[in-house]
Amino acid sequence: MSGAPRVVDLEQASVRELNQALHALTPDSNETFWRVCNPRGRHNLAVGLDAAVTVEIAGHAGYYCAGMNKQAKVIVHGNAGVGVAENMMSGLVHVRGDASQSAGATARGGILLIDGNAAARCAISLKGADIVVKGSVGHMSAFMAQAGTLVVLGDAGDGLGDSLYEAHLYVCGAVAGLGADCIEKPLDDVHRTELQAKLTQAGLAGQVDPGSFRLYGSARQLYHFDVDHADAY
Amino acid sequence: MCGIVGLFAKDPGLEQELGAHLAGMLTSLSDRGPDSAGFAVYGAPIPHAMKLTLRAPAGYAFDALMPALRRRVPGTISLQTCATHAILTVPETGEAATRHALAEMARELVVVGSGHRMELYKEVGAPAEVARQFHLERMQGSHGIGHTRMATESAVTTDGAHPYSTGIDQCLVHNGSLSNHNALRRELRRQGYSFATENDTEVAAVYLTAKLRDGASLRDALMGSLRDLDGFYTFVFGTATGFAVLRDPIACKPAVMAETDCFVAFGTEYRALANLPDIERARVWEPEPATVYVWSRQA
Amino acid sequence: MAAGPRTPPRFSATFDPATLAEIRRAAATGIYDIRGAGTKRKLPHFDDLLFLGASISRYPLEGYRERCGTDVLLGTRFAKQPIALRIPITIAGMSFGSLSAQAKEALGRGASVAGTSTTTGDGGMTDEERTHSRTLVYQVLPSRYGMNPDDLRRADAVEVVVGQGAKPGGGGMLLGQKVSERVAGMRTLPAGIDQRSACRHPDWTGPDDLRIKIEELREITDWQKPIYVKVGASRPYYDTALAVKSGADVVVIDGMQGGTAATQDVFIEHVGIPTLAAIRPAVRALEELGMHRKVQLIISGGVRCGADVAKALALGADAVSIGTAALVALGDNDPALEAEYRALGTTAGAYDDWHEGRDPAGITTQDPALAVRLDPVLAGRRLANYLAVMTLEAQAIARACGKSHLHTLEPEDLVALTIEAAAMAGVKLAGTEWIPGQV
Repeated sequence: MSGAPRVVDLEQASVRELNQALHALTPDSNETFWRVCNPRGRHNLAVGLDAAVTVEIAGHAGYYCAGMNKQAKVIVHGNAGVGVAENMMSGLVHVRGDASQSAGATARGGILLIDGNAAARCAISLKGADIVVKGSVGHMSAFMAQAGTLVVLGDAGDGLGDSLYEAHLYVCGAVAGLGADCIEKPLDDVHRTELQAKLTQAGLAGQVDPGSFRLYGSARQLYHFDVDHADAY
Repeated sequence: MCGIVGLFAKDPGLEQELGAHLAGMLTSLSDRGPDSAGFAVYGAPIPHAMKLTLRAPAGYAFDALMPALRRRVPGTISLQTCATHAILTVPETGEAATRHALAEMARELVVVGSGHRMELYKEVGAPAEVARQFHLERMQGSHGIGHTRMATESAVTTDGAHPYSTGIDQCLVHNGSLSNHNALRRELRRQGYSFATENDTEVAAVYLTAKLRDGASLRDALMGSLRDLDGFYTFVFGTATGFAVLRDPIACKPAVMAETDCFVAFGTEYRALANLPDIERARVWEPEPATVYVWSRQA
Repeated sequence: MAAGPRTPPRFSATFDPATLAEIRRAAATGIYDIRGAGTKRKLPHFDDLLFLGASISRYPLEGYRERCGTDVLLGTRFAKQPIALRIPITIAGMSFGSLSAQAKEALGRGASVAGTSTTTGDGGMTDEERTHSRTLVYQVLPSRYGMNPDDLRRADAVEVVVGQGAKPGGGGMLLGQKVSERVAGMRTLPAGIDQRSACRHPDWTGPDDLRIKIEELREITDWQKPIYVKVGASRPYYDTALAVKSGADVVVIDGMQGGTAATQDVFIEHVGIPTLAAIRPAVRALEELGMHRKVQLIISGGVRCGADVAKALALGADAVSIGTAALVALGDNDPALEAEYRALGTTAGAYDDWHEGRDPAGITTQDPALAVRLDPVLAGRRLANYLAVMTLEAQAIARACGKSHLHTLEPEDLVALTIEAAAMAGVKLAGTEWIPGQV
């Protein structure tokens, strides 16, 4: 990445113009570094990207920032609203501030890194992406999370991993409560290795000891309906 | 279905710009609530007086009421009109007589709210237009709440707009959808309360007023709604001294708060807070579910 | 003493044989009954409406040269590329997973010949369907199984699914026996487990947030494609108005006759309202917003023949969608397979245990040995034939009513046979000037 960024000021240009310009990039384009100024909580910034570019959002973003991201690196220098990086496919989304509800919802690949806290339903319906939250996550996080990893350096709110499938949840701090079918599991070597890899990807290698995390996963009691578990439904 | 805003001035220096800020906040949430808008502003109280906000059809001759009112209500009364609304100030001992008189001689009028400090305006139309119509940008006060509406299960009428005021200096705005309001309305009617609309928010407002009238604290009244109200809701409830915030236990409907040394602000989206002074350095957070937050200033 | 005649056995209408059998089944298994298809109850439906053909006051059109147009354009509100269909009958969303790949291919082939669209379902888009369907609508469901931007971009339209008629308020369901390796891979689930599905979307709740979600989908697809919003028929007046306010190009309302691959029988039979009762409230909402014909309305749930198509359009819909009927056209519940239905404990015409994945017709199954029985080319031809017949039937009716295009059919062309149908559809009771419930 070289040179000065292409700057888009959202007080002058529309979100639609921004997204269309980003979508129009060809693989051989040299406009690989973008800065978006004056976002002021606008929605749908840098959605549907499919290019190996870096987009810096200079301020707070609204809903669905970097939604369905492919390949791109999107950095929010502020907070992100509901559904940041929802359904992300690959690439990196980095929120320097806090993320609102449903951060990384149904994300399939790539990395979502949140420096602050994430609110309720972080990693809801996760489908293979890796999410790292340096702060805490809110209630009902990892609800119906199917695959991928959620790493939380802080605390987790109530109902963690409710109706969990095969995603791995690593929490360092306190867990207010576990959801249906979510249980603590032994942190084996294979998990420590996985966790170390995720921490390294997030630039946290050496800063946190994988051994200080607890692993949560599915008890798999809801995989086939059994009337004796009916009250979990 | 809606956008909600709330602004509480911790620093009295913010009071003269309160209305201007609220107008900006309301306008920023027009997309999520294009049908109608309303707001309540809590200004300086006039000693021993009560303000009634009246609403009438466009072109109504509010002044024509005054001679008759002066005969029926002892003491000093005054009137200030503003588009379809008017603020009628009467001695606080004369509030009941005033309401009686209005009910008899001016059935086209609706008393939208009353309070020592509260003025409440709401109309059908785009939020920016509603704010402009009532000159919200000029209003001053210690706190205010507002609402932009996308009607869900009731008609787009002014009666359906928020805030709903069902008690002195009390009003409620709501984002979400209650699911047991019909049964609750019947129960409250049985207890003697009356309703002007089929709206779910009005039921919540009457419920809270009923609890307060029964002697509950604001905190307890709101905690009661966690038990007695079903559905999805974010509430902002205004009182004479401040406002309270409550989200239901599932907390799907969004809510963002910001605090500086000068103010506490509430918005359904961060966008509503983006133009507040010093917002870059504010503490921004989301209220926890099933938790009552109250900000108030003692008089 | 001589014995008199015994009282003949009498079944109770309340505790009828079917009810008794269900209570026994629940007691034996401890699980609710799960099945496919839509409501099996008799309900007020299109059959209770009749057309007023031309006579002296109205004149009919001749066939052939005196054309009766059938084309429809969907998504004219915002999309740069609205969908042009030759006929106002589309194929409703049905998942790969609930249906075999062969069935999805057959639907695509038949729809393409007929000049209409198919719709993906709760499992994502397969290459078979995209390749064989000239116009493909891509569903965005609460589960988001298989959701990805590449499929979004190669779709012709996007349908945000809030719910479906068989189970308004419920999510998808696919039991372990149909979660094959391929299905599991597409849905990011372990193979063979029972799929639990969300009933709400993960990142929005309510029309105010749906508005922002629809904007996101538009931004990702550069405003090219129409965005539909689909709801199960429940409060169609409010839901239609809210879909419009959220920014939908097209509203899809699915009545309780609408089928499902699998859900609880109690949900199918007791939640949601009949298709007939949903149309006029939806149209009224559009008219009050000045959006009738500008935001198009698609009606589904028990559409079976050209008369149903014509009646739905006369009541104000822009198009209809078929699901169950399309499967029957492909070969579902065919009497030729009676021996196999008997082996499954049922009979042709009543088979609805589609969740078990043992369909002898190869349609609602993932078993390769069964699925291979469905020849997609032959089945596609059958669907195309059926769509052609429905279209011809609708045209015949419309011409008889003096209409040169299916869209000029109106409610006043209809009368009702029963008070319920008259009230629900908002048309006069035959032989009277009375529309019950209207002042």
